[in-house]
Amino acid sequence: MEKPLTQHVRPDGLAQDLRAYEAVGGYQAMRKALRMDPREIQQAVKDSNLRGRGGAGFPTGAKWSFVPMGPNAPRPKYLICNADEMEPGTFKDRLLMEAMPHQMIEGMSIAAWAIEAEVAYIFLRAEYVESARRLQKALAEAYDAHYLGKKVFGSGYNLEMYLHVSAGRYMCGEETGLLNALEGKRANPRSKPPYPQVSGLFGKPSIVQNVETLCNLPHIVNKGAEWFKKLSRTADGGTKLYGASGKVKRPGLWELPMGTTVRELLEEHAGGMREGLRFRGLLPGGASTDFITEENLDAPMDFTALQKVGSRMGTGTMIVLDDQTCPVGMVWNLEKFFAQESCGWCTPCWSGLNWAERALRALEDGQGKEEDLEKLAFQSWFNAPGNTFCALAPGAVEPLQSALKYFREDFERHLREKRCPWK
Amino acid sequence: MPLSAEERREIEAEFPHYPTKRAVCIDALKIVQRHRGWISDESMEDIAQLLEMSLDELDGVATFYNLLFRKPVGRHVVLLCDSVSCWIMGYEGLRAKLCSKLGVRLGETTADGRFTLLPIVCLGTCDHAPAMLVDEDLHRDLNPEKAEQALENYK
Repeated sequence: MEKPLTQHVRPDGLAQDLRAYEAVGGYQAMRKALRMDPREIQQAVKDSNLRGRGGAGFPTGAKWSFVPMGPNAPRPKYLICNADEMEPGTFKDRLLMEAMPHQMIEGMSIAAWAIEAEVAYIFLRAEYVESARRLQKALAEAYDAHYLGKKVFGSGYNLEMYLHVSAGRYMCGEETGLLNALEGKRANPRSKPPYPQVSGLFGKPSIVQNVETLCNLPHIVNKGAEWFKKLSRTADGGTKLYGASGKVKRPGLWELPMGTTVRELLEEHAGGMREGLRFRGLLPGGASTDFITEENLDAPMDFTALQKVGSRMGTGTMIVLDDQTCPVGMVWNLEKFFAQESCGWCTPCWSGLNWAERALRALEDGQGKEEDLEKLAFQSWFNAPGNTFCALAPGAVEPLQSALKYFREDFERHLREKRCPWK
Repeated sequence: MPLSAEERREIEAEFPHYPTKRAVCIDALKIVQRHRGWISDESMEDIAQLLEMSLDELDGVATFYNLLFRKPVGRHVVLLCDSVSCWIMGYEGLRAKLCSKLGVRLGETTADGRFTLLPIVCLGTCDHAPAMLVDEDLHRDLNPEKAEQALENYK
């Protein structure tokens, strides 16, 4: 089984430096890319069926195709790596940045060349202190080697790359919120159109991609779209970094073929539930995905299949709920997070999520009322896509609406017994 | 106290990375916080002037972020993850232990100014939950006793 993203991760946990990266073929893909026309790279990425690994799964090649190209395109153009990994339950990009910083820099360089961008930013969350140290060191190594800066690799192409370390706010992970944050503004989302590909950072054409997405690019350029598609068990190309947290026997992170089933992840890789605990449900890819339960465990973890069972793959790092943890308490914890992290820009989100959080807290405290369940159901559709500026609120109500569906009896027990039965 | 020469130098070193001065504001706020522990009203005015922003715009940014402190904090800042995986794995026990040991509630600073205890969103180390970040050090696979012990190393 091939693991292109993680096969060279050092067992001692240290970062792979420039020399070690080059010893296993590092930066050959960028050299090759510079001999290709940017549009050829775009086509290869389109053919590979690479879909964005940040959670939404938008096809990467298609995203790039909207960027104005050629001598008359507005300048400078920007390539931004979204390294603001703050989705609760998600810990995959951290590994790629800490263990393989040059792989990410090379992936960013390829993406930048493919859209003819001359400036690239890494937008990193503040709490990833070790990632910042290692990326800063890797950037310095790449500049010293003339792989970044003026005339990279002796070509005519100039590429500046900067690390921007944020100051902690979930909203910055949203594409247009991130652009505002990089401009030194509050990270409110922007309405679309215009789309960032046309008018993004500082009003210039911009592409924002997740860390894992970018790390795939050197391998696609080296080995081709057909090879990349064959890594996957399904139509979405490549491997995927999957993870599991919660009360399983072996929480962890694994690079596996895209489309590995939920059951294989839960039972084989994570080792199943801890002794004495029963499985109740899981969020497949971070806090903003719908619960799935026993009946759907055989679904392949990819963007299409999980949608068919009413959820989303999201970031691919699952959070597991056991029978000795209260599902209402878990959803309360999630909604408290989303209500706190809402930027406050649009009403359904700032108002609605706070209502939901309060109703859930009341249920947990034994103060719930019959109509609270209706209120929670109302908030689920009130915050649906189309009613808000960005995806924060629609994501926030995914675990809520699915908990109301699968754990209805537990909500009702809180009402009936006027207490949390798990306390 | 106005911005020191060193703070000013560090802030200005960021200018070439962005096409506008205001884009440097997060870096500027963090530079001042690194030197002084927090960002006072006076520092806000100095930064706003240096970056040619209005004070209100700058405060709109400063108050938006979890890790920019507009009030003094202790010598060490303890960021205790309260997100879902840590909550499942025992966040509440950690919180109770740390609050009673330090004699503070979340958001407060100990009387001797040694620690400020704050909640933080997911630290991205969920396979080693529960976790906390003390200053720049990540502590993982915690239980109440281990968390209490870890704080001994911060004087």
